[in-house]
Amino acid sequence: MKRLLPLAASAVALCAAAPALAQDMVITNARLVLGDGSAPIEGGAVIVDDGKVVFAGKPAPGQAFTTDVVIDAGGAWVTPGIFATVTSLGLADVSAVGESNDITASGSPFSAALDAAASINPTSQHILVHRAAGITRAATTTLPSGSIFAGQGAIIDLDGDAKAVMQARAFQMVDLGEGGGQRAGGSRVAAHVLLRAALREAQALVGKTGIPETTEIGKNDEVLLSRFDAEALVPVVTGTQKLYVAVERAADIRAVLALKGDYPKLDLVLVGASEGWLVAEAIAAAGVPVIANGLNDLPETFEQLGATQSNAGRLARAGVKVAINASAMQNPRRLQQVAGNLVALNRVPGATGMEWGKAFAAISSVPAEISGMGGKAGVLKPGALGDVVVWDGDPLEVGSVPTQVFIGGVKQSLESHQSGLRDRYRDLDESDLPKAYDW
Amino acid sequence: MIPLNTMRARFNALATLVSALALVAGASVADAQSRDKDRKRDKDKDEAAEAPAYAAKREGVFPSTYKPYPNIATAIRGATIYDGKGGKIENGVVFMSGGKIVSVGGPDTAIPADIAVFDGTGKFVTPGIIDIHSHLGDYPSPGVEAHSDGNEATSPTTPEVWAEHSVWPQDPGFARALANGGITSLQILPGSANLMGGRSVTLKNVPARTTQGMKFPGAPYGFKMACGENPKRVYGARGRMPSTRMGNLAVNRERWLSAIDYANDQASEKGAKRDLGKETLAGVLKGEILVHNHCYRADEMALVMDMAKEMGYKVSAFHHAVEAYKIGDLLKENDVCSAIWADWYGFKMESYDGILENAAFLQREGACVVIHSDDANDIQRLNQEARKAQKAGQRLGIEISDATVIQWITYNAAKAMGIEEMTGSLEPGKMADVVLWNGDPLSVYSRPDRVWVDGALLFDANDPKRRPVSDFELGQPGEGDVK
Repeated sequence: MKRLLPLAASAVALCAAAPALAQDMVITNARLVLGDGSAPIEGGAVIVDDGKVVFAGKPAPGQAFTTDVVIDAGGAWVTPGIFATVTSLGLADVSAVGESNDITASGSPFSAALDAAASINPTSQHILVHRAAGITRAATTTLPSGSIFAGQGAIIDLDGDAKAVMQARAFQMVDLGEGGGQRAGGSRVAAHVLLRAALREAQALVGKTGIPETTEIGKNDEVLLSRFDAEALVPVVTGTQKLYVAVERAADIRAVLALKGDYPKLDLVLVGASEGWLVAEAIAAAGVPVIANGLNDLPETFEQLGATQSNAGRLARAGVKVAINASAMQNPRRLQQVAGNLVALNRVPGATGMEWGKAFAAISSVPAEISGMGGKAGVLKPGALGDVVVWDGDPLEVGSVPTQVFIGGVKQSLESHQSGLRDRYRDLDESDLPKAYDW
Repeated sequence: MIPLNTMRARFNALATLVSALALVAGASVADAQSRDKDRKRDKDKDEAAEAPAYAAKREGVFPSTYKPYPNIATAIRGATIYDGKGGKIENGVVFMSGGKIVSVGGPDTAIPADIAVFDGTGKFVTPGIIDIHSHLGDYPSPGVEAHSDGNEATSPTTPEVWAEHSVWPQDPGFARALANGGITSLQILPGSANLMGGRSVTLKNVPARTTQGMKFPGAPYGFKMACGENPKRVYGARGRMPSTRMGNLAVNRERWLSAIDYANDQASEKGAKRDLGKETLAGVLKGEILVHNHCYRADEMALVMDMAKEMGYKVSAFHHAVEAYKIGDLLKENDVCSAIWADWYGFKMESYDGILENAAFLQREGACVVIHSDDANDIQRLNQEARKAQKAGQRLGIEISDATVIQWITYNAAKAMGIEEMTGSLEPGKMADVVLWNGDPLSVYSRPDRVWVDGALLFDANDPKRRPVSDFELGQPGEGDVK
């Protein structure tokens, strides 16, 4: 049932939404966050039509729209879905249970050729739990294990339907820090030679068809680069696939930026970059975005001696495009907490934080842009996907959770294994039957 | 080879030099004399004993050398105070002097003239935050193999090891915990590879050149035990017992039985030959050493509590108790605290049932809740973790006051560590371990403004020099940065 709704009027829900279908909807009376770095808008509205945002902002007097569902947010915070990068969502059930874990494959001869898209489980509990935390899209990838290359990551949605992958092979990731050095045989020097050798092999394959002829690189029984890996790096060397480079140390960052001299088409993204603030000007000048560790402030390794919580803020101040790295925290649902902590730094003398709107953008529109989803995800503006989250409090405050999550305009279940346990153990009463019957 | 007498002479010369320097540096002569007297008394006692000719000291070994740093009488006025025991005072006053809390109360609380007074308007005061589960120092930063000193994973039971012998006081993590987390006391535990991991040590979060310089004076020792996956995985993989959970229990029970024999022999006239591991276990049986048992699953916690009853000891707290919410009634009945995370889950099989409501469900049953970190990053934000757990309960209608939530990370932790008579709450006579927060301590937007340990101001966000920088960080990128 459609009806013309005057936006300024108080809204009344007309019917319960059928859960599986994208319905046109209007959310009114919101403390609206657009996700683009701007400050929240009081009395904002979002209009979603055919799964896409057609309006987000302060409605003009008399503005009206035809819709199925009206949600009066009652002044609650409404935001775009959080965009999590870098994650391994959908690639493991329990990370310490090897057979359930597809994140690493140290026994495989393949590295760059690994393609996460083939194995995403859209109903993984981690996807359900993180959806209930307001994350609607994510960059997900395998991690380096047998060689310096992680493999090809995918951009996924978290709606749990059969089609989780929005974009397969969206990026390749390589580790050129301490970890990469160890995997390359024992040194950063070896990792750089391996990377350059791999890119040269890939360069030679550009435009070729048929079975690639490349040199396999190996050591003892370990394959560091197979011909399949070299072939997978062709889009990297031609710049059609982004290359995420995991590094922490300032010197390592400089070495990564220098790669552009030899391979000008590389579309680089830095991941981690704990010491990025020490070379912020150079990163900004190179126009390379950073998926930065948010709160790491310990010299956990010798490549993170300069780690500080002010890293992200200092990078942003220097003009670098900064997203918060979801892999640098206990689990990606802490993104909101990390962003909130960056806001807290504004009141710490000597620290550099982020304004609220910028901090939220660092977990929404900016990671979406870095992931090639600019204007589509992590932002509420005409043409963007209808990923909308209604919160029970300030979304960057610890303990706030979504009350409603829409992905592509479809209202999502917030249930999971965890909610089942929560409901079962609301009390410990077994006077009639054991807890096993309480479901 | 240097002849023995020459060596001794050299040593004496060195010792003389050291004590001379100490005197120059201002150590009190009285102190030195009293130390000499103690030594003499010990010597007399040793000589008085008939046999054996050689005997190691039994009590008071590796003693704390911590002494509070100079303090000035200080009052904070106008702040919101959480006292650590569930109390809240608006527009309150905290007055500390001589390293102790002197008074805590409302706006009319009398404070002497001519003392330092901080305007706490808009700010909050809590007791120093306490982390009951940390590996700072025994798994320090940088986390290189050469620093990996937390698990003596060479035998399934190593009650003979002491965590304090692994603590590196230069771990930069201590300073982060102080400045960002307001941590003033913490328990450093051995890891969980072993069923019996060894003794823990409780520290004041005060930079020191030695671990003894951080040791919390008068704190009882803890004893680390571990259930579940880790011990059976580590030793099962080596083809030795335990390789199953039933093996875990069997090995534990055998060790307790032999410890009981040892304790009985010790008590008897003939005594018992000294055994470091059994001395620790006997200390547990006597109630002098508190058991901190890493245990995720509810069913295993129930088994451990029965094992404790069988052997005659008490579990002080289950750590990482992600399933504690399933047996809140049992934990309450047995008076065992649950030291838990707010949101860790799903990283290993025994953590699969972790839920955000764990703490709130325990509180509903009246069981003891402690929020812990087990992590060099999370120890900087125990306040935030506590808020997550509080909010999860609130969504289900379980209202837990902010003051009670602060108790989870102060007094409750102190109680489970056996130091609640000395710290963990703001009460007259207790140690002046105090945090002044720049806002609501349960908000993500708040940070410590100042931190006092025994009345000494050891962190001041407004003074770039009033923050610790460890030896390791000197001359490194970002030395003295806000971090």
